[in-house]
Amino acid sequence: MDMPMPTEPAVLAATTPSPEAAARRRMRLAKLRPLALATLAIAAFLAAWQAASATHLDFFLRFDNIPAPSIVFARAVAVVPSADFLNDVIVSCERVFLGFVLAALAAVPTGLVIGRYPIAHELVFPLCEILRPVPAIAWVPISIMLWPTDFQSIVFITFLGAFFPILLNTLLGMRRVDPVLVLAARSLGAGEGAIFREVYLPGAMPAIFTGLAVGMGVGWVSVIAAEMISGQSGIGYFTWAAYSLIQYPDIVLGMVAIGLLGLVSSAAIRGLGRLAMPWLATQ
Amino acid sequence: MRDSGLIEIDHFGLDYASDGAPIAAVADVSITVRPGEFVSIVGPSGCGKSSLLNAVAGFVPATRGRVAVDGVAITRPGADRGMVFQQYSLFPWKTVRQNVEFGLKMKGVGAGTRERMARTLLSLAGLIGFEDQYPDRLSGGMKQRVGIVRALATGPKVLLLDEPFGALDAQTRQIMQQILTNIWQRLGISVLFVTHDIDEAIFLSDRVYVMTARPGRIKAEVPITLPRPREVDGMMTADFLALRAELAGLIREESLRAMGGELAGGLAGLDVMLRDGELADLL
Repeated sequence: MDMPMPTEPAVLAATTPSPEAAARRRMRLAKLRPLALATLAIAAFLAAWQAASATHLDFFLRFDNIPAPSIVFARAVAVVPSADFLNDVIVSCERVFLGFVLAALAAVPTGLVIGRYPIAHELVFPLCEILRPVPAIAWVPISIMLWPTDFQSIVFITFLGAFFPILLNTLLGMRRVDPVLVLAARSLGAGEGAIFREVYLPGAMPAIFTGLAVGMGVGWVSVIAAEMISGQSGIGYFTWAAYSLIQYPDIVLGMVAIGLLGLVSSAAIRGLGRLAMPWLATQ
Repeated sequence: MRDSGLIEIDHFGLDYASDGAPIAAVADVSITVRPGEFVSIVGPSGCGKSSLLNAVAGFVPATRGRVAVDGVAITRPGADRGMVFQQYSLFPWKTVRQNVEFGLKMKGVGAGTRERMARTLLSLAGLIGFEDQYPDRLSGGMKQRVGIVRALATGPKVLLLDEPFGALDAQTRQIMQQILTNIWQRLGISVLFVTHDIDEAIFLSDRVYVMTARPGRIKAEVPITLPRPREVDGMMTADFLALRAELAGLIREESLRAMGGELAGGLAGLDVMLRDGELADLL
């Protein structure tokens, strides 16, 4: 697998390529290396897991109930296209999306305003600092009592999880805006509204997008945990129910689905960030 | 030349707050820049020359005295006074053209007119072909040229520059000085220019004010009667060198006075050490 290529010198000798061609070949190989190494590590992980499950390894760690990757894969082929599974995925996406968008709509303007006006900071920030250390999951019982429906209480928990990272990063972004840019804008006739729109918002935007990416991650953590505790549907519920119903392959399937959804979400945020901040693409 | 662009600084004083009594940064300064005139202020660092410029820009209010442009007292920043900062102050998220158009946009000028005006000014500064670049891609000299053009785009009555070429290398500096002279002569605008570079002040100005160490006062007013157009070669003429020696002497006195305390103290300490033989032991 990882053998040094014994045929390489022979090929080189046979065609006697120019040094440039050899350099190009080296470049191509260098580009392939990260992909090859990543594949190698993933394959080794799956192989070790498969071996441990197949042999029912029981050495402190107990693999006798852990389904092998091959079994998970076979189960995925059967379950993934089913309407129930798809419904669970869609419900979770809706909750995350709604909670996240509401959090962004609330946290970004709040961050911009309290970053600009000390009086707003003095009013709002201490309250935030009290609420922030409470993990979103700890809100589950209160949230169930507070909101009429399951769906609303889970969206609320997702909202709480996403809100604070977005708020704090927006504030951080505001602090990083170079004061000379604000002076420049004022001396060019910009009023307060224009300074927000043209200076503070774009200036804070890189940090805001960092906050959105973190907020999206925490949003997924919150929705999964909330669904496991209180849900009747969703991919978190699916994963926990699989444990209760002794459908062990479905647990892993749920985990993989959650991982993939998180991956796609953060890729979407990064893509949006690139579209919203074309000036960073030139660096 | 022009009938507008008269800057009057009348018995201007500026204090800044400290733990005890307020400290005087500028004591009592009176300066006049006549319409179309190019006037520089030189002085040791910390003499308050930048504060003076900031007061004309409207960023800081005068503690004492009065600052007025065309008879109207300055109370706030405005596009009638173009400001060029020492540090680069282009909006990183705007292209060169968008930066130049910013002031016009704030005035509510339509997109077509904005673009035409921006093009005219950019060509004056030799920046055609870079309109759609982000500032990140420009050299330091180009950034400052865009900064000058941006400040001029709204058609201000006066142009204020705060050590705009301080961060540039000597070669670029000279080219920038010639470009600035060129722009100034074509537009006939009044210029107030702050620098610590004596050659720069002489090369550019009609008149040079020398400020004292803090608290800043006007120590001398030196008319520069060298004929225009001035060439870089002209910096070797006897007239130029005489002016240079005069200004350098005036500033040197103030610089020594500014650090007089520390310097005298340090030298006294050195004497004691030499007498006691400590230094000899060390050597």
